[in-house]
Order: sequence, then C-alpha cells, then structure tokens
Amino acid sequence: MRYESPTTLQAASQLLAKEKGSAYVLAGGTDLLVRLRTGFIEPDLIVDIKRIAGTRTIAKTATGFKIGAAVTGAELGENAALKKAWPGVVEAANLIGSKQVQGRATMTGNLCNASPAADSVPALVAAGAKAVISGPKGKRTIPVEAVPVGPGKTALKKGEIIEALVLPKRPPRSGDAYLRFIPRTEMDIAVVGVGVSLTLDAKGVVKDARVALGAVAPTVLLVPAAAKAIIGTKLDAKALDALAAACSAACKPIDDKRGTKDYRIKVAGVLAKRAAKIAAQRAGGK
Amino acid sequence: MPLDNTESQTRKFKVVGTRPIRPDGIDKVTGRARFGADAVAPGMLIGRILRSPHAHAKIKSIDASKALKLEGVKAVVTRDDFPDKTDGDAALYDVLYNVMAREKALYEGHAVAAVAATSASVARQALKLIKVDYEVLPHVTDVDEAMKPSAPVLHAKIFTDGVEPKPKKASNVVRRYEFGHGDVDAGFKKADVIVEQSFKTEATHQGYIEPHACLANVGTDGQGELWVCTQGHFMVRDTCARLLGMDMSKLRVTASEIGGGFGGKTTVFIEPVALALSRKANRPVKVVMSRDEVFKATGPTSSSSIDVKIGCTRDGRIVAGDATLRYQGGAFAGSPVEFGAMTAFAQYDLDNVRAIGYDVVCNRPKQAAYRAPGAPMANFAIESVIEELAHKVGMEPIDFRIKNAAREGTKSSYGPVYGPIGLLATLQKAREHPHFRAPLGKNQGRGMACGFWFNFGGQSCVTLNIGVDGTVGVVTGSPDIGGSRASMCLMTAEELGIPYEKVRSVVTDTGSLGYNDVTDGSRTTFATGMACILAARDAIKKLCARAAQIWGIPEDAVTWDAGFAKPAGGNAGNFPPMSLKEIAAQAASTGGPIAGHHEYSADGAGVSFATHICDSEVDPETGFTKILRYTVLQDAGKAVHPSYVEGQFQGGAVQGIGWALNEEYIYGKDGRLQNAGFLDYRIPVCSDLPMIDTVILEIPNPGHPYGVRGVGETSIVPPLAAVANSVSAAVGVRMCETPISPPKLLAALDRKSGMKKAAE
Amino acid sequence: MTAVKVSTKINGDAVDFVCEPDETLLDVLRNRLGLTGAKEGCSTGDCGACSVTIDGRLTCSCLVLGAEAEGHDIGTIEGMAKGEKLHPLQKKFLEHAALQCGICTPGFLVAAKALLDHNPRPTETEVRFALAGNLCRCTGYDKIVRAVMDTAAEMRRA
Repeated sequence: MRYESPTTLQAASQLLAKEKGSAYVLAGGTDLLVRLRTGFIEPDLIVDIKRIAGTRTIAKTATGFKIGAAVTGAELGENAALKKAWPGVVEAANLIGSKQVQGRATMTGNLCNASPAADSVPALVAAGAKAVISGPKGKRTIPVEAVPVGPGKTALKKGEIIEALVLPKRPPRSGDAYLRFIPRTEMDIAVVGVGVSLTLDAKGVVKDARVALGAVAPTVLLVPAAAKAIIGTKLDAKALDALAAACSAACKPIDDKRGTKDYRIKVAGVLAKRAAKIAAQRAGGK
Repeated sequence: MPLDNTESQTRKFKVVGTRPIRPDGIDKVTGRARFGADAVAPGMLIGRILRSPHAHAKIKSIDASKALKLEGVKAVVTRDDFPDKTDGDAALYDVLYNVMAREKALYEGHAVAAVAATSASVARQALKLIKVDYEVLPHVTDVDEAMKPSAPVLHAKIFTDGVEPKPKKASNVVRRYEFGHGDVDAGFKKADVIVEQSFKTEATHQGYIEPHACLANVGTDGQGELWVCTQGHFMVRDTCARLLGMDMSKLRVTASEIGGGFGGKTTVFIEPVALALSRKANRPVKVVMSRDEVFKATGPTSSSSIDVKIGCTRDGRIVAGDATLRYQGGAFAGSPVEFGAMTAFAQYDLDNVRAIGYDVVCNRPKQAAYRAPGAPMANFAIESVIEELAHKVGMEPIDFRIKNAAREGTKSSYGPVYGPIGLLATLQKAREHPHFRAPLGKNQGRGMACGFWFNFGGQSCVTLNIGVDGTVGVVTGSPDIGGSRASMCLMTAEELGIPYEKVRSVVTDTGSLGYNDVTDGSRTTFATGMACILAARDAIKKLCARAAQIWGIPEDAVTWDAGFAKPAGGNAGNFPPMSLKEIAAQAASTGGPIAGHHEYSADGAGVSFATHICDSEVDPETGFTKILRYTVLQDAGKAVHPSYVEGQFQGGAVQGIGWALNEEYIYGKDGRLQNAGFLDYRIPVCSDLPMIDTVILEIPNPGHPYGVRGVGETSIVPPLAAVANSVSAAVGVRMCETPISPPKLLAALDRKSGMKKAAE
Repeated sequence: MTAVKVSTKINGDAVDFVCEPDETLLDVLRNRLGLTGAKEGCSTGDCGACSVTIDGRLTCSCLVLGAEAEGHDIGTIEGMAKGEKLHPLQKKFLEHAALQCGICTPGFLVAAKALLDHNPRPTETEVRFALAGNLCRCTGYDKIVRAVMDTAAEMRRA
C-alpha cells in the first residue's frame, strides 16, 4: 500500500486517475481506517487530501457557504455563522460517532462513504447542498443527493474528488433540523434519520420546504410529497400527520440488526413531525 | 474455622472503612500500568489465529504448507499440535477442544489453526494461505430449537443426565437439574392468584474493554514464561501445563494488570496456543485478540428460555413457586443453569418451591462466567412475575416482597438455611429512601427488584514480609480486578495497627507463591482478605516472640496492641511498648526475617442481597427508554473500602441496565454473529445514564473476622427486572424478553393500543 | 510497502519515526515508540481507549494513520502530568475512585482534559455527552463524571 499526501487538487486527481489498483481518498479516515483494519479493503493507494489548500476552510460567500472537503464536524460546530444559518446541517455532522470521531470526520467523507444511514446526508439534501467535484476533465457541480448511487457506491468517476460542499444562501425566516433515532443516546448508526429545511413567509406559513430521509432506503431519499404536505400550512396537526404519512409511505427500508421495516416506517413519520417543528421554531415560527 | 462473630459487631475500625488512594493508582492514571498487550520481548513474534467461518462443520483437512513457506512465518499449529493429555478429565477435554478445534468446528470463530510470524501483516497473510477443507453441517443457535429432537446434534456422546430413563439417543441436552422443597402442586391448589409467564433473554458478553492478550516464551528445556491478563494466573498455569504436557512448576505465569474480566477471563482461550507457537518457534510469541474475536471466540453468557409460575393467597403470601430454565452454554457443556435454578427464588421464604434447569449445547462460543453467572436471567423472570402478582392482589410491590422475604432461619430454595442476611434491611431501607417517594411524570414509571448471589471462599495464600524499616509487603496471588489491593492493605494495616501508607500489596507470579483460586465468586476481599488478616496475626505472633526475646520474658507474656508489642500485665515487666518498626529493625539479630503466612481454603463466605429501584421514562412514539434514576441498596457485611464497594454496586447495575435495554448477540440465519463490535453490541455509554445512587448496608457475615461479604456480583442480578418493571409501570406493557429494545417495545405498545382500539 | 518517515511532536518533544503506510498512529505509539498508555480496545473508533489529541483536538488514534501525524502535535496520556505534578484530573480520578480496572482511564483522562480545555464550566449533561465516546465497563460512569465535575470546579476556583 502506498500513502501519498499531495498539495494540489490536480495532483490528487492525477494520482487517483493513474492508479491501476484500488485507490481511496483519505480525509477524516473514520470510515476508511475501519475498513482497512478489518481487512474489508486492501488499498494499493491512499491519497490524503488534507494538505490541499482550501480543503480545510469554511468560507462564507455571497451565494452561501463553501465547506472544504476536509473540514471536520468539530470545526463545523465551532463556526458561529454556519451554525446560525444551518443549525440542522451542523447538528447532523456532530451526531456522527463521538467527540473523537467528530474531531476527524468530514461531511464529504460521510457523503462519499455512501452508507444509507449517514447522518449528515439527509440534512445536506434537505438544505439543497451541492458537491463541487474536481477531476481530470475539469470541475462539475451536482446536488448532493446525486452523489450516492447505492450502499457504498458513488457517482464519482475515476480520478474525481469532491473538493467542497456548497450550501445555498439562506432566505430570511428559514430553519433546518436533523433528528435521528438511535437506541442509545450517542455512538449508534441511525436507525432512521430525517432532515427538514423550510422557509416561512411573514405570516408564518411554510413557503418552501425540503424533507430528506436516511436509513430507510439504499440511498438517502428526498421526499417531495412530504414537502408538499407542509407547504402552505402553519404545521397544524393535520399537516404534520400528512407529513408523517408521506414520509412513511416513501420509506423502502429493510429489517436488519438495527431495526425492523415496520419500526423504521413508523418512526420516520414520528421524527419528521418533530424535525419540522424544530425547523419552524428556528425559522422564527412559534 | 470458627470465628468469634461478636468481634465484627463491636470492633471499632481504625482504617478499614476509610477511603484512601489505591496503591496502583498513580500507574493507572499516568499510563504507566502494564496490561496484557503492553509487554514486549526481544525477538518477539506475532501470533494470529485462523477461525472457522462456519457455525458447524467437519474439518476434513488442514494444509498449512503454503503458509509455512511464506517469509517471516516461524511456526504454525493445528489440532495435530494438541495431543489429548487430558487423561479422562471431560471438562479439561472441552477446554482443549475449545482452544483448538478437533474433528469439527462447533461455532463461527472456533480456532482452527494459528501462526507465529515476524509481523502482524505477515501473520495476516499467512492465515490466508492456510487451506482448510470444511464439510458444512446444519447448525442451531437457539436454545429451544437446540432441544428439539430434530435439532442438529453437536456431540455424539451427550446423553441427557438427570432424567429417568436415560435417553438412548444423543442430543444437545446435557443435564437436567432440580432444586427445591415442599410440594408445588399442593401449594398451587391453595393459591387465590396465579401468574404464569414465559421469558427469553438473549446472550450478552462481559464487555471488558481489554481484549485477551498474552506473551508466551517457552524454551527448549520445557521451561516457559507467560505474561497474561487473567483473573487467575494459577489456573492458567495449571490448565496450560496440563494441555501442553509441561510440568506446572516449569511454567511461570505472571498476571498483568487486567482491563476487566467479570468472569470472562476465568478460563483460557489463546494462552495454550501462544505457548504452543512459542515452543515450536523457540521464540517469544505475543497473541492479542481483536474485538471481533473477543465477541466471536471468548465466553459470552447464556441465552435463556424460562417458564415461571407463582401463586399466592389474597393476603399476598406466596404459596408456591415453580420455574423451568433452559440455558444454552455454547458448544460445550456447562451453562450456568444450575446456578440459575439455585438462585431463582433465593430471595423468598417459600414452603413449596421448585426450579428445574436444563443445560443445552448449541453452535455458539463456549460460555464463560459473567458476574453472578446464571442469576440475572432467572431473576428477570421471577421478579417480573412477583411484580405482576403484587399488582393482582393490590399490594405495593415492595410490601409484597417484604411479606415474603427470606430472613435468618429461612430454608433457602437451593437448600441451606440462611444465617444473618441483609435482604429485609435493604427492603426497609429502600422504603425509607427519598427515591422511593420521588414524584413521577407522564410516561415515567418506577420498578424494583431484589437479588442475591452466594459468594465463594476458595484457596488463597498470603505472605506478609516485614521490612527492617517497619514497612510491610503483602504478597498475594489474586489478580486485582476492581481495586482489591487497597482493601488488602487496609485489612493488613488494621490488623497490625500501622498506617495504611506503610503497607504495600503486590500480586505475585505463580513461581513465588502457593496456589490461589481464580479471582471470581466475589471471593477476593473475603477469602484473600481473610488470609491477609490471618497472615498478619501470624506475623504478630512472631513479632511478639521477638519482643519477648528482646525483653527476656516468656512469649505468652507479650500482647499486641495498636501496632505495639506490650508486656501483658504488670507482672510481665515494666518495658515500654515496642513498635513494629523498632522490632523489625532488630530482626537480623533476633532470628532473621520476620514474615507471616496463611494458606487455606476459605470457608464461611456470606451471601449478599440487594434491592434495586429504577425510574424510567418511555417515549411512546419510538419505544426509547431513558433511565431517569437508579438506586442500589446492598448488604456488604463490612465495607472495607467504601468507594470500591460503591463502584461494584454501580458497575454491576449498569451492566444489568445494558443487558435489559440494548445488549444482545444477534445471529443471522447462517449462524454467524452479526454484531461482533462495540458499534452494534451496544453497551451503555456515559450519556445513557444518570448517577447511580448507592446505599451500603452492613449486616456482618459471621464467617469473616471483619464481617466481610463479597459484593462484586449481586449488583448485576436485579437490574433486568428492575428496568422491566419500571417500563411496565411507565407504559403498561410487560416485556418478557431482553433486551427491551425500542423496536420490540414500540411493537408491544402498538399491539396494546391496537387491542384497546378493538375493544372500544 | 515503502515505509514512511514521519517527523512529529509528541507531548512537546520532537519525535521522528518510520512506519508502514498502513500502520495506525496507535500502532506507532504502542509498538514503535513504547508509549503504551493509549490502549487498543476495538480498532473501530467505538471505545475511545486509544484517545489522543492532535493539535489539541480529541481523536481516536486507531482511526489515524501514523503517516498522518507528520508536522502535527500529538498529546498522549504520558504527557498529562508535568514532571511530578499530576494534572488535577488525574488527582481527582484517584480521589473519587473513578477507576476500577483502569484500562479506560488514559482515554477518559485525555478526553476529559480536552473537554475542560474547551469548556471550563460543563454541566453534568455536557460532561456525559463529551465522554460518550469513551466506554467504561467497570464503573457505570458515576464516579468518572463526579471526578470531572469536581475537577472543573476546582480548576475554576484556582
């Protein structure tokens, strides 16, 4: 196995593109090293991207936020502006693992690991985040929900790396929230995860919304029907019930050692209601 | 041995009962302490074990030729390197078979071969090159399934013991046990209310944070050294020596600091393999288990299936208690169902009681002891039914238990008559405790349970050496798994009448002391502690003899008082008292080194009872259970170091809470363990819990000079039922299976509201 | 495999080492540098017994390659006491009997120090969540939490 730690995106891209054997990108390493240690993978090449300029910065731009690929969950949690604009995204990233894991883990890695139960992904999808991809043929930007294509599989082509995630500019009276169900209080992989992002109008009516579900399908689900259920409402009981029903209906879960199908279907609805209420509170609603 | 039982009740202790810093403390908070995996030796090789991927398979052949050719590989061992030297000892044969598979692999993870190589990565590669030809067989992992006549049979030589007539067909049912007295059928006829319920508990693991690790070094002269984390290094020595055909005195085993055991390190797994590899390679070999291996190939406790029937009269008096317990002990005989049957009803005063137990084998790793082995499952079942009975007769559960509690003079359900015991005291104290009266909110409930564990005596040796500067070295052979060295120093200091700081306790290797039984059965503070006390008294006799010699008076004219030798009375002479330090300073000229000894098998261990109170809150929409408040009230006899007694109460309670809520072995249809790591084998984390309040009661055990009872195990017994009872009180569903995981609880809540809707 | 040469700082001392690319920082600390205070409890980042700090940031050393340590400051349990002087956390752990077998103790001390360095007035809940990545099987966490809260209070008074 070889370890390389290039200082430019192009160099990293080249290394990955040229590699005949198996090559992996290393940012936080909290998934990669586990798979390495358990013998699940036997890389020929590991490309550490942490020394590439820009991968470790959070930049507030005119069009939103640009979050470098190697920014850790802990660093996200220490960025006041980001926390204010996107509390749901930040709390999702900071639910991954433990304080130790959050000291290294990145949202980009979480996304590219493509686990159906990834915590940051439903929040990113609900937020309308995009992934800026850098490759041998240049750059392209796609919505984050297009990145994972199946458990452990992404849409990235050989030689491509995500250099940053971008979050859009936040209209006023907006809020987001991420809730997940785990059997303990920390450390578990989500049994169900729900990300809700919404914008209220001046009267407190939901103007815009995005709802995403995690751990209930092979990849994260963006659920337009769930958003539709709450747009135009003040999140009254009927709207919330419709939200829950839409989420439950959209689930395609499995029975596994972390939860049953029925459980996931039910709890997806329960958490969607709760997350929507929190997002609305954060948006300035009651 | 007869001991004056008034001593412990009237004695005013000077240091016993205080909370000094433990002697190994600095090492443990600075990272200096050396645990199993922390040793290295020059020329050391890394040993790794190849394990069966199949739950049940014939091993037709093993071809290690390619592995042996790999550069860096220095030795390979298989079943061929473990000839049977067990000499008809069936239990030892099972250990041998478990350490290295013979004709069959009996569980996923069963050791099949091992290599020693110059690095971990070479060893890993070498394992891949070993070709094992398996013939996969049908497997069974559930205890009830394993008892069916159609189940795949693991051992052709098991014909159920304890049943008449003896079966002619081999099965997975090893033995039937029965305990009890009276006539349960007659008793039930008198009952006004009967509750009958079945329960299941899934297997759990002790969950120690330190994986098994050892460093073996065997020479061509048949002498060897072993550094190992273990609860019993004398047991390791004797077992390994027998398995490998070595003389016991030629194998010197040193117990490292141990990172948790709870019973799981009371046997051998990797040690004989490391020694065999070292012997073959003629180099030191270090073997450290991965966490995955710990879950798959050490000794989790049994899963169980239990039927309980208890009847009482309208006034709340139990008239009959009957239980049938079925435990699987993994691939070999010896589940703790016997203890389960013995302890199931131990907390009650019953005229008619019966407990039947079945020891069953199945394709899982060979179980090992886990803190009060066999008792938590049984207690879960009985204490759940007790709660239901109490509700049915309209009594407060605590009053129901007080009414039926065992007391001094009660004939226990497992046979002996109780001496002074603390059960009622813990119940009455619980009733007065502020926890009992604290208000509860919506979806919150309070549950309680009483539990019991007997404690063991066993063999201990202690040598106490008095330095010429008056400081004392206490040499014991009981690995310290919870802070017992501090208690050894406290008891020694108390007896000698010198400050705690002047006593130092070490756990020595097998070459330096006589045999010591494993640190288990809550025996160390009791048995090794008592040996310290008796060794101190032996030393005192000798100190007095030296003083007598110095003073020129008869030995029986000298007494010992608070650290000083004194003339016994006015007639003995007017000598000023001589301190231990002053006598010790003259040792060389008065006859040589001064030491005290005690070697024995201890009798008189006392039982320890506890009452636990648990408050929990259930989220009815998700089935999530939060423990709000927990209190342990337990009888310690005499708390030598109260902080470490509290620590035992708290640690055991939290293991029980984990068992109740989230811990379980999850097997796939393929017989493979699906959650062999700390991610999905969910032990409680810090944020899951509140503070665990503790109340130490002291009803002295007449069998110990200070009244000590072993406390380490009882605390894991009541939590399963305490939690289940609190959940039942919170949301009105009776959970009869552990773990009470959210999907199961939510499904039960949905069934309940579904039934409610149907009824409306 | 081509070995990697790494220059780093450990507990304030400059340290150079050579390691295989697939060795973790935990492997390097324990097997190459003799710093066995960090323990391997699980190798999957679930138990925290291998906790160290990297540039002051709490991390599981089993989830970091030795090669990644280049140019960074590593803090281990061995660096917590200053000469003879124990860190207040170490003293309080002993006073409160916040350890039984002691295998998780180095990890807890490193994690608790990282907490108090960032947040000198944690509530009990904050302490519990900050330490949720450190597993203890012996104590039930009660005395550990008390020791950390007591240390925080004492450090604030000082």
